[in-house]
Amino acid sequence: MSQDTSRAISKEYIRPMPSNWWLKRKTYFLFMVRELTCVFVGGYALFLLVLATRLHDSEGFAALLKQPVLIALQIIAIPMLLYHSITWLNLTPKVMVLWRGEERVSPTLIAGANYVAWLIVSISITWIVSFFK
Amino acid sequence: MAANEKAQSDATIAMEVFRYRPDQDDEATFQLYNVPYRTDWVVLDALNHIKDEIDGTLSYRWSCRMGVCGSCGMMVNGEPKLTCAAFLRDYYPNSIRVEPLNYFPVIRDLVINMDDFLCKLNEVKSWLVPQEEKPVSEGEYRQTPAQLAHYKPFSMCINCMLCYSACPVYGQNPEFIGPAAIALAQRYNLDSRDGAKTEREEVIFSHQGIWECTFVGDCTRVCPKNVDPAGAIQQAKVAATKDWFRSMLVPWGKSGKEKSVTK
Repeated sequence: MSQDTSRAISKEYIRPMPSNWWLKRKTYFLFMVRELTCVFVGGYALFLLVLATRLHDSEGFAALLKQPVLIALQIIAIPMLLYHSITWLNLTPKVMVLWRGEERVSPTLIAGANYVAWLIVSISITWIVSFFK
Repeated sequence: MAANEKAQSDATIAMEVFRYRPDQDDEATFQLYNVPYRTDWVVLDALNHIKDEIDGTLSYRWSCRMGVCGSCGMMVNGEPKLTCAAFLRDYYPNSIRVEPLNYFPVIRDLVINMDDFLCKLNEVKSWLVPQEEKPVSEGEYRQTPAQLAHYKPFSMCINCMLCYSACPVYGQNPEFIGPAAIALAQRYNLDSRDGAKTEREEVIFSHQGIWECTFVGDCTRVCPKNVDPAGAIQQAKVAATKDWFRSMLVPWGKSGKEKSVTK
C-alpha cells in the first residue's frame, strides 16, 4: 500500500482555496460579518475612553458628543454591537455545559439566563448613571 | 401508481462529476452524466449507476450505504455530505455537482488522501487509555449512566471528515488539528475511565490545536451524527483557560496537569 501511494502522491491534485472563500457560503459570510463587527466594538471602546478624558469638562464633553462624525459612529456602532452581542449570547450554550444528572441543561435556558443577566447589568448601569444627571 | 413509475423511469437528472486522472490529466475537469431519476435514489446510487452502466473508470469511496461507515463523504453542490444520505429528489430537476471533499488533496476523481486526518487521530490518542491496567479477572471498568452521558455525543463520530471540509481554518492551515480529532480527544478526556488527558491536552492546547479555531461553527452544522465539534473545541478552550488561571493565580492550586499526574 505505502509503496503504491508514494507514486500517486507526486501527482496529487491540490485545489487552492480561493481568496473569496468567505463569499461561497452564507455561514462563512455571516462569520466574516461578525468578525468585522469587532472593529466597531473596539472603536466604540476607544470612543468611550476619549469621552472619559473629557469628564472634568462638561462643555467639552457635550461638544464632543455633538460632532457629526461621532454621531455617525454611534449610529453605525449600535447595530454592529447588537449583532455582535446577540450572536455571542446565542453561542453561549455551545461553550457552557451544565449537567443535571444525566441530562444537559437545555441550551435555551443557558442562553436565556445570559440574556437576563445582560438585561440586569444594563438596567443597573442605567440606574446608577441616572443618579449623576 | 404504475403510470407514475413509468413517467419517473423516463426522467433523468444531470450529474456533473469532478474527474481527475493522475495518469493522463494535469488539471481536473467536470464530466456530465445523465442518470435516471428515481425518488428513492441517493447521490451514491447515481454514482454506482454511472460506474456500472455508463463509465467504469469513475473512482470514489463507499461502503455501507447507511450513514455508518463514513467513507462516502463528498461535496454535493458545494456542501459536504454523505452521498448515501443525499437524495436526488432534494435537487431534482436541477443538476447535481459532485466534487471530492474540500481542502484534501485528490488522489483520483472523487477519492481524497486522508493520511493527514489519520495522523491527527493518532496524535490526539483517540482511544481509551485506562488509568490503571488491571487483569481481566478483576472485571470491567465500570461507569455510571451520568458518566457515560458526558462524552456520549462526541463518541458518535464516524470519521467521515465532512467537518474538515466545512472548516475554512483547516482550508487555510492544514496544520490545524481540526474539528473531528479535537472532538474525539474531548470524547476520551471526558471519559471517567481514561487516564491520558494530560498527553492529549499537550497536543490540543497547542498553537495548532484549539486556539486556531475561530468558531465559524460549520463543522457542527454539517456533521451527520450531531457530534458538535465546534462545541467540543470551545469547551476545551474554557478548560485550558481555567487551567491557566488556576496555575497562575492560585498559589496553592495545582494546574490540571500536575493534578492528573498525582491522581
